[in-house]
Amino acid sequence: MIGQACEFDYSGSQALKVLREDGFRTIVVNSNPATIMTDPGFADRTYIEPLDVEGVADVLGRERPDALLPTMGGQTGLNLAAELAADGLLDALGIELIGAPLDVIRRAEDRELFRDAVHSCGLQTPKSKIVTGPDQLGGISLPAVVRPAFTLGGHGGGFAETMDELRRQVEVGLRESPVDQVLVEESIRGWDEFELEVMRDKKDNVVIVCSIENLDPMGVHTGDSVTVAPQMTLSDHAYQELRDAAAAIVRAVGIESGGSNIQFARNRDTGDLRVIEMNPRVSRSSALASKATGYPIAKVAAKLAVGYTLDEIPNDLTKTTPASFEPTLDYVVVKFPRFAFEKFPGADRTLGTQMKSVGETMGIGRTFTEAFLKAKRSREIDDEWNPENMHPWFVAELERVRDMLERLSSLDDLVEVDWLRHKRLGLSDGEIASACGSSEAEARSRRKAWAVKPAFRRVDSCGGEVEAESNYLYSTWGEADEAPPEPGRSVVILGSGPNRIGQGIEFDYCCVHAAQTFRELGYEAVMVNCNPETVSTDYDTSDRLYFEPLGIEEVLAVLEREQPVGVVIQFGGQTPLKLARAIERAGFTILGTPFDAVDLAEDRERFAALADRLGVQCPAWGMAETADEAVGVAERVEYPVLVRPSYVLGGRAMRVCYDEDQVRDAIASVEGKVLVDRFLENAIEIDVDAVCDGHDTYIGAVMQHVEEAGVHSGDSACVLPAQSLTPQQAADVDAFVRRLGPALGVVGLLNVQLAIAGREVYVLEVNPRASRTVPFVSKATGVNLVAAACRLSAGKTIAELGLPRRATPHEVSVKAAVLPFHRFPGADPVLGPEMRSTGEVMATAADLPTAFAKAERAAGRRLPTSGTAFLTVRDADKQNAVPVAAALAGLGFKLTATAGTAHTLAGAGLDVEIVEKGRTVVDQIRKGKVDLVVNTPQGRGARTDGYAIREAALVARVPCITTLSGASAAVHAIAHARTEIAKSLQERIDEARSA
Amino acid sequence: MTGFLALEDGTVFRGESVAAEGFAFGEAVFTTAMTGYQEVVTDPSYAEQLVCFTAPMIGNYGVADVRTESKRPHARAVLMREARGPAWTDWLHERGIVALSGLDTRSLVLKLREAGSMRAAAISGDASLDEVQRAIDEQPPMAGRALVHDVSTPEAYVYSDNGRARVAVVDYGCKRSILRRLAGAGAAVTVFPHDVSADELSQFDGVMLTNGPGDPEPLVDEVAALCELLGRVPVLGICLGHQLLGLATGHETYKLRFGHRGANHPVLERATGKVLVTSQNHGFAVAPSDEKEATHVSLYDGTVEGFDFPELRARSVQFHPEAGPGPHDAWPIIDEWIEELSSVAA
Repeated sequence: MIGQACEFDYSGSQALKVLREDGFRTIVVNSNPATIMTDPGFADRTYIEPLDVEGVADVLGRERPDALLPTMGGQTGLNLAAELAADGLLDALGIELIGAPLDVIRRAEDRELFRDAVHSCGLQTPKSKIVTGPDQLGGISLPAVVRPAFTLGGHGGGFAETMDELRRQVEVGLRESPVDQVLVEESIRGWDEFELEVMRDKKDNVVIVCSIENLDPMGVHTGDSVTVAPQMTLSDHAYQELRDAAAAIVRAVGIESGGSNIQFARNRDTGDLRVIEMNPRVSRSSALASKATGYPIAKVAAKLAVGYTLDEIPNDLTKTTPASFEPTLDYVVVKFPRFAFEKFPGADRTLGTQMKSVGETMGIGRTFTEAFLKAKRSREIDDEWNPENMHPWFVAELERVRDMLERLSSLDDLVEVDWLRHKRLGLSDGEIASACGSSEAEARSRRKAWAVKPAFRRVDSCGGEVEAESNYLYSTWGEADEAPPEPGRSVVILGSGPNRIGQGIEFDYCCVHAAQTFRELGYEAVMVNCNPETVSTDYDTSDRLYFEPLGIEEVLAVLEREQPVGVVIQFGGQTPLKLARAIERAGFTILGTPFDAVDLAEDRERFAALADRLGVQCPAWGMAETADEAVGVAERVEYPVLVRPSYVLGGRAMRVCYDEDQVRDAIASVEGKVLVDRFLENAIEIDVDAVCDGHDTYIGAVMQHVEEAGVHSGDSACVLPAQSLTPQQAADVDAFVRRLGPALGVVGLLNVQLAIAGREVYVLEVNPRASRTVPFVSKATGVNLVAAACRLSAGKTIAELGLPRRATPHEVSVKAAVLPFHRFPGADPVLGPEMRSTGEVMATAADLPTAFAKAERAAGRRLPTSGTAFLTVRDADKQNAVPVAAALAGLGFKLTATAGTAHTLAGAGLDVEIVEKGRTVVDQIRKGKVDLVVNTPQGRGARTDGYAIREAALVARVPCITTLSGASAAVHAIAHARTEIAKSLQERIDEARSA
Repeated sequence: MTGFLALEDGTVFRGESVAAEGFAFGEAVFTTAMTGYQEVVTDPSYAEQLVCFTAPMIGNYGVADVRTESKRPHARAVLMREARGPAWTDWLHERGIVALSGLDTRSLVLKLREAGSMRAAAISGDASLDEVQRAIDEQPPMAGRALVHDVSTPEAYVYSDNGRARVAVVDYGCKRSILRRLAGAGAAVTVFPHDVSADELSQFDGVMLTNGPGDPEPLVDEVAALCELLGRVPVLGICLGHQLLGLATGHETYKLRFGHRGANHPVLERATGKVLVTSQNHGFAVAPSDEKEATHVSLYDGTVEGFDFPELRARSVQFHPEAGPGPHDAWPIIDEWIEELSSVAA
């Protein structure tokens, strides 16, 4: 989910670790299966349950814990705790809220109370006023920002410099706001933005862990800003002023035992300060600060919450100094956001107060530019970034880079000192090469010929003042290498880089398990990654952590230093796979599945030949370079077809086409060759996760997608075990997978996607690597597939692993996608072949409807049980919509529909009210007169018609289902879901074992 | 221009010279403070030292007169990983300070941590290593050096003439922040040279013994004056002032391996159990006569950070409550002292 990603898995798992070490019995509640904290070994009791009052209350009632720690789970955790406390439930159960008591949460979160607390310290917040009419503009100072209440993405808001502009903006805002209300706020646009991470203990000791400076100006969400730590531009005097203010605010709000993050705006010219907000909890910034400093904020916060003081908690990195020793940095850290606007065509790309990035990277260097360039290239994508009004110091630093690049013309000109100067500035071999019109490999070999090599340095939180056996490393240039490892003892695991759509926390989960398993196997596990949010970049996870970009230059440098037994590339998604060939070429061993298997699976020609030989059926396909060729292929394989660029995987720019025009349209937006596949309409999609030792294959799970083929597997809800396979189809699926694994040469994880159309089973895609569903499968079946895959990579056989015999689970688990549409106004919130979910939830129950209803609830789309259902479906779906509508009517829903759909439904004897398309429908949804929307977009053209409906549903937070298969699953769930008591993962596993 | 740093053990670190030309000899030390480079360089306690910043980028926010802790830089040379100018490097240049950039400062710090502070030379331009080495060997070591005479005010002067308590400041190398804090707390402040007599000082409501450079042990006259003063008037010592109070009360001082210099050192205040995050800059320390004697203890290495002798109305802290640079956690120590003096004076 945007704004809340794996940083809270990092904090939660740290907290669990220290609390257990301290002898507490721990219980964790989280709906996300792809988290380390929900591993059965991490807590005494693990509940994968919806994070709502009902779900958590259920768990609390069962477990009767002594205390609830709400500060590790982001805003979700904090809000839930506040609700539970306000309901009196915690008091009734005798549960103490630790870390942040209710009054503290209120003072930090409530605008008015927070303002009072800030004012009580003699500090200021931006002046603001709630306005309900244009006659209330007295006393507002200009420039000002107008923010309408309750509009999507702040739509209708704006900036006013004059009174006329203000009046106009307020009028627009009032029109847009459904509650006729706008907030007019003193503008601090262009002010510099700083954040401080503060810890306070019960003895009133306060330490500042880290200062963070934003390069993007005030007004851009800090999650979307490029940030640097420590702050670069403030004098000691100015910095101490912030420090004093932060300490005063923490005391005034009353945080007594924990961490918090405080954001300040500072006028560059006058030094005026405004306090923007505080988070009385572990936050994304604190995860970043922890990685930036090596100071484990979540761990310390958890200890503070149970009564320790800062001087009693040892510093992990030095072991000899206490947590009251403020970190000092002898390096610079830069964080870059990673966006995914290409997935949301039409979405407004303007950055504002609503966070839009889906991931982040961090770079560490001995200079600002070194850290900046590392973080920038770690994103693996080159988005434009031109913030306005950046501090001149940063402008000058970035100019150095530009100047240096401009002056480059040929690699021949560069001698040792030049190489050193360029590398110290932070330029990569690739960047130097392209400025010289040369290849990266050539640049690298020239550089090495001058004996210019990176040196690795430790992150130790103390600037070298205290001896630290820290295993947390980064590279720099022209310095001595620190503590080089003994060669030949390690296994290097390549991480997955920044979170992005299609490659998220699931892969980090796999990497963390890989590190754990290789450690158990007696190797030194070495992690390379650049994502500060993750558990994999916690230095506790591996024997050595290299916080480095996952580029070939940096990875080879690590490998040359480590001289590892092998490199593991199958757990980090696409990122490490891209490096595999160069790693092999450099003479390093890839453990497990060789790179050729990946190539074989991805090269259509080679794979088609293999499938043929194995008797495995694939949909008909062809490759085309021109529109005419594509149409030719489409006619041969028959419509509908799936068109996509041949070089891209994972649904990027994929289109389903029903006729020639659509094929021509699709190909127009693609460069290079395209793949044209027969699209199996209304097919059931199946996902299989397995492990293979090169000969034998162990099938972890066969899952069925709720949405039909055509919706990206990452966005479709997914059911385990598959519900509607015939014994013959199940046998075919098994047989196909068992044939493909060994034939591809897989040693490790294998994911196969299949489709069942009619009675036939087709293979759609084979991925000889970790898939997105591995954590879900591992949680649902209790079999750790990553650990198995690592052992196989290390040379064990399936037979030697002693995996439990596969049995059909007696419970049903559902994985549902978390979709970020409300962050992207302008983008059509409809499911399709392009993946757009940014997270997932899991629910398990005795039957499918109960599990499905719970999963939807956990994903924030609680299904209604009564009210009005509005239907509008494309022509092809009209007949199939009848049973869905009938079922809804049977459940007591009132049916409304647009004319066409209504006609079909009425024809089938259903009582349905016609609603006019356009404004009328949208108004009804906005006014809360609709409780459920079923809207399948027309293959073509209807997108814009339907868009208004879907957007209205999104704003009004009405569940909007865009596929008929999804709708029928939902209706089934509404009809049959039972109330079931929450059960822990540990109990489920025990039951499965004894069954 | 290139430049280099040579240590007495023969280690050489090469970099770029970014300020004055020439040689600078002194004791190589490092500070972990991330802000306040100008304050550090102008702090008289850095006299005869070459100061290395562990923070990698120095000079980012330029220079300003209000940030000077004395009339001129006292550090002999500035050692940096990455200097940023031109304001900062010009400022150093104009004041004749040798400054090196591009040094492998972390390796230097690790070296000093392990081997201890060392005599060293910072050279702008080129020089024969052998000659430099010989010159380093000729330098006196820091232990045993009395340096306050060189940095103390030659004449007494009034810093602020109105206040609720009259405070005499003995300038052993006083930082302006001390004077500012005293005046800010409401004191009338008169500053005296280091060799001021006990009789003169005893006319005041309280005496502040300031920070300063070098080894406290050879400051025999200052200690003698202090012995004569103690008991007659309330005394508060800071840093070197603390060490001199220690000597005057029969304690011994010793040289730390590489000292405490930074703005993040946690100190336990025993009376309250609270932790102060403090600004520090000292190469010597006082040995306690018994374990429980210290009022303040370093949570970093357990060394003495403060004394209180109520019968003598004298107390002291090893760290810098006036900050400049560093956190303000210990400001109240000065404020409360003035409060006490004024309530007695009233």
